[in-house]
Amino acid sequence: MESIILQLLNGLDKGSAYALIALGLTLIFGTLGVVNFAHGALFMMGAFIAVTLNMVFGISFEVEDPTRTDFLGNVMMVDTPYVVHWFGEGVGNFLIDWSVPMAVVIAIPIMALIGVVMERGLIRFFYKRPHADQILVTFGLAIVLQEIIKAFYGANPIPTPAPEAFVGSFDVGQLLGFDPFAIMYPYWRLVYFFFAALIIGLVFAFLQFTTFGMVVRAGMADRETVGLLGIDIDRRFVLMFALAAVVAGLAGVMYAPILSPNYHIGMDFLVLSFVVVVVGGMGSLPGAVAAGFLLGILQSFASMSWIIELIPGINQVVIYLVAIVILLTRPRGLMGRKGVMEE
Amino acid sequence: MSFSKVSRRGVMKTGAATGVALAAPTLFTSAVWADGHTGFTNAPGEGSVTLGFNVPQTGAYADEGADELRAYELAVQHLNGEGDGGMLNTFSERNLDGTGILGRRVEFVTGDTQTNSDAARASARSMIERDGAIMITGGSSSGVAVAVQGLCQDAGVIFMAGLTHANDTTGKDRRANGFRHFFNTEMTGRALAPILEGLYGNERKAYHLTADYNWGWSQERSIRAYTEGLGWETVNNVLTPVGAGDFSSYLTPVANSGADVLVLNHYGGDMVNSLTQAVQFGLRDLQANGLNFEIVVPLFSRLMAQGAGSAIANIHGSTNWHWSLSDEGSQAFTRSFGTAYGFPPSQAAHTCYVQTLLYADAVQRAGSFNPCAVVEALEGFEFDGLGNGPTLYRAEDHQCFKDVLVVRGKENPDNEYDLLEIVEVTPRDAVTYAVDHPDFVEGQLGTCNPGA
Amino acid sequence: MLGLTAKDARLYLIVLVMLIFAPFFLNPFPEGSGLAQFNAGYPDMMQRLVIFGLFAVGFNILFGLTGYLSFGHAAFLGAGSYAGVWMFKLLTMNVIPALIVSTIVAGLFSLLIGFISLRRSGIYFSILTLAFAQMCYSLAYSVLTPITGGETGLQLALDDPRVLGVTQTAEGNIPVPHLFGLPMNASTSLDIGAWSFTFSVGYYFAAVVFALAFYFTIRLFRSPFGLVLRAVKSNQGRLSYTGLNARPYTLAAFVISGMFAGLAGGLMVSMDPLAGAERMLWTASGEVVLMTILGGVGTLIGPILGAGAITYLEAIISTINSTVLHRWFDIFPEWLENLLVNIVYPFVGSGWHLTLGLVFMIVVIFLPGGIVEGGRKIYGLFSRKREEPGSMPPNAAAQPGPGE
Repeated sequence: MESIILQLLNGLDKGSAYALIALGLTLIFGTLGVVNFAHGALFMMGAFIAVTLNMVFGISFEVEDPTRTDFLGNVMMVDTPYVVHWFGEGVGNFLIDWSVPMAVVIAIPIMALIGVVMERGLIRFFYKRPHADQILVTFGLAIVLQEIIKAFYGANPIPTPAPEAFVGSFDVGQLLGFDPFAIMYPYWRLVYFFFAALIIGLVFAFLQFTTFGMVVRAGMADRETVGLLGIDIDRRFVLMFALAAVVAGLAGVMYAPILSPNYHIGMDFLVLSFVVVVVGGMGSLPGAVAAGFLLGILQSFASMSWIIELIPGINQVVIYLVAIVILLTRPRGLMGRKGVMEE
Repeated sequence: MSFSKVSRRGVMKTGAATGVALAAPTLFTSAVWADGHTGFTNAPGEGSVTLGFNVPQTGAYADEGADELRAYELAVQHLNGEGDGGMLNTFSERNLDGTGILGRRVEFVTGDTQTNSDAARASARSMIERDGAIMITGGSSSGVAVAVQGLCQDAGVIFMAGLTHANDTTGKDRRANGFRHFFNTEMTGRALAPILEGLYGNERKAYHLTADYNWGWSQERSIRAYTEGLGWETVNNVLTPVGAGDFSSYLTPVANSGADVLVLNHYGGDMVNSLTQAVQFGLRDLQANGLNFEIVVPLFSRLMAQGAGSAIANIHGSTNWHWSLSDEGSQAFTRSFGTAYGFPPSQAAHTCYVQTLLYADAVQRAGSFNPCAVVEALEGFEFDGLGNGPTLYRAEDHQCFKDVLVVRGKENPDNEYDLLEIVEVTPRDAVTYAVDHPDFVEGQLGTCNPGA
Repeated sequence: MLGLTAKDARLYLIVLVMLIFAPFFLNPFPEGSGLAQFNAGYPDMMQRLVIFGLFAVGFNILFGLTGYLSFGHAAFLGAGSYAGVWMFKLLTMNVIPALIVSTIVAGLFSLLIGFISLRRSGIYFSILTLAFAQMCYSLAYSVLTPITGGETGLQLALDDPRVLGVTQTAEGNIPVPHLFGLPMNASTSLDIGAWSFTFSVGYYFAAVVFALAFYFTIRLFRSPFGLVLRAVKSNQGRLSYTGLNARPYTLAAFVISGMFAGLAGGLMVSMDPLAGAERMLWTASGEVVLMTILGGVGTLIGPILGAGAITYLEAIISTINSTVLHRWFDIFPEWLENLLVNIVYPFVGSGWHLTLGLVFMIVVIFLPGGIVEGGRKIYGLFSRKREEPGSMPPNAAAQPGPGE
């Protein structure tokens, strides 16, 4: 039982990452009709905002320490971060320690800006172009963004730790009435889950309860009629794109302590997020979220060792297998609407 | 206008000649090879000789590849008499004097393996076919090493493997034209087991997470064999997909499995992620069976340690070489590398540098670039002064036998390079295994192929 | 000629001439000169150009004609490669049986996957093919290692049975793939002045196979069958009103393009007998999609040009290192030399991906419809000068409509 609950937690955690990325992707895919292969790159940029802030706070000046020598036998240079120098040990180290949560705050405007620039500068010229052209241009963009990051940060993963306060595990089991220490789960992963739930809730509330959201939903359902009503749907697209970029970016920022970011982390998530979106059904936001959690949970359960022993290799293919089964039994995924991207 | 016929028929003729030459007593062979500067693939002209450096420049191992390339450039400088000479001054053989190889200036071409067998072979073929490379070296994974080694055998050039740790490279898939300086999983098992016994005792229960591909299996088999030899029990072995990223669903069952040691048979990004996440899941703070829970990473590398950050503290593993070694050769290499690039070299850089020197020296001793002459010069070659103590290139499988390092992640590293400390230098005799070891016995070297 | 219209015959002749004289015009720079870096006339490169051209041409039969975007075609290339190597291991090193079996295995494989995937259309179809291919890759890399060689790739061994051939050569090496005794890796070179041209048996064999396949493709494009496939793309609903069931036609197209991929895989292992699992990875499937789009979807020559461009960029740009750059720019004063090297360096060597990404973006932004469309535009510019303005044929016809 404990192991089932633990895998459920793992699945919810994985699922929240999938759901967040898929949510952004389906906003672009479902509303704007753009196949955005650069969406993974947006996730990656988010993760690197966390890395960068961590590095910025860590920018140091060097002081000679005559008591020690470095590997070449010269006098050792000891680094002291400027923030520690300026604000003192307490505040300085707090800033460095809390860089990831702070990156969330600065990621919102940065990612929104990146989204706007991408949409105005490139994507808007491709709304009426064939999907093939969209794939080519966004894939090209994804490679370029990735290579720029690689040029600055190298190819190795960069450790980006969560604040000290979130190190360690929370006794989930005791909360549910199990023995103490039976079900321990890292704080940061629980934070990630609740963070994802919050973002998903905010996006849904935004689309449900604002006029803007109403127009966008109407546009998703029937773009032509909305246009005939004299509403300039295209003008709202830029905001949608920015919103999608922010969601993807935040997913990346918060994921950095779980998975040390490297430059191709976005590509690793790209294929998966497309599968999630399509399994959820084209044009359906709840579908994308549901599919994200479903695939995350199934992937976790398929990794249990007795299941792998039963069906070797199942942990490698479970997502694709489930996708095939769902698409064959439900023609338009979990909650897809007829006629979206079906031709 | 001239037609030069290069065909398989030519290969067969030279092949026959080779057979005769091999039968001749060793004493005379240098003389036999010396007058043969033709009759093999890409015989170099009088002025220069081209080496092919095939390293990962894109993908997950790009940083390791970049470090390998730095080492190669350094080796070429030293061979050509530029720079401070590095290990040329500490090498037990004194045949290399900074005048290139056999008086020819060393030039090089580079390519990208992408850590992908197909791309690596394509890149190696372009070096051989277009650039006339006489030797191919480099790489950062066993799959690529085995694939390129097979290609070099067929094309008739020498392959000096870079970083490759699976047994197969000099076991099941060994080839006469290929040589490996790096150690392998069998040696890791032999070196690590006694240390683990000393640290953690004989009554341990181990849980293995293993990357689901050739190297992972090889590593798991070796570590399991030697730890079970100590009396440890293997509770479980779970195969994880390569590049899984999130290992949570593999790590959570560990705590309640009854195991008290976790062995991570992972390398590269997988190792960085699985180790950091294992620490995040609190495995280090656990008590199991009345013992402190421990994590072991059989193959350690400084570049990976950098990615794992503070998670490496007090984790034990093995490594081929480390810049903090105090012998003359290691010091000389670290000094020239550090002076040139501003940071210490990685183990990948070291093995690549050494391989280049060993090749150059072998050519010099053989008096010919003919691959078969080089093979003969390297087989059974004993040397010292290149950083791992007295070393033997065993003739039967083209594997180097030398000291292996057991290292531990530092708790409070001074800087981002000073991450590992050496716990033990396991002597060569302790890691030497028999030629007919069951994990290796399947392979055949075949005969050397000089191409056409 | 050969049942082709004059226009198609001209195109076919151009392709034939390109194939025959490729060793010459792929090696335009003299040996040893700084620009020799850009020479692509060595056997491995020429073989890859032809093989990826074949792969892309086959892919275009499905994507270009029916509009069905498969994201899993690399699985068929991989299946063909494995089948080919197994023929080398078990039967003989002759390439003919290997090619036949590669094509058949890939055909059966694509029949199975196509039959299932074609129950859905649009993006749902794409994801189904992607899922199948990713499953093939993951399993080939790990669980199926006894059949596929796993990470290392499936390669020949000294103790393979090869019942109709020899297990080892007289010298104790693995025999090479051959065509009735003519080894694939044999080559002859011709030196004219500073130039050196290499004629490789493997390349010309691949070129003959390609020429046959391309002829078949042209006939298919112009056949009634091809017409039905185009109808599937332009309006499947309307097609079904005519009482025609489109699925058998699309399935046939899927299988044919899968067989092309298998043939390409078989050729690949005939040139270099090793099959790696990465061949089936989604990036490999994506690459053939990009090749086709880059060249021009639905055109005959487009996929060839796209395949050529990507293969060339990958192989050539990645081998340019700082030493080569310094050699190019050493005629300039040192500060300028270093400046130029620093400007160019991020785009070459380990930065070749950056160049590739930029090329994708530039082509699709400035040449909608790919290289072919771009060529047509340039041609249009020139011919407009001679002809009356406005008499130019509208080239919008080649542009697939949105929502395809």
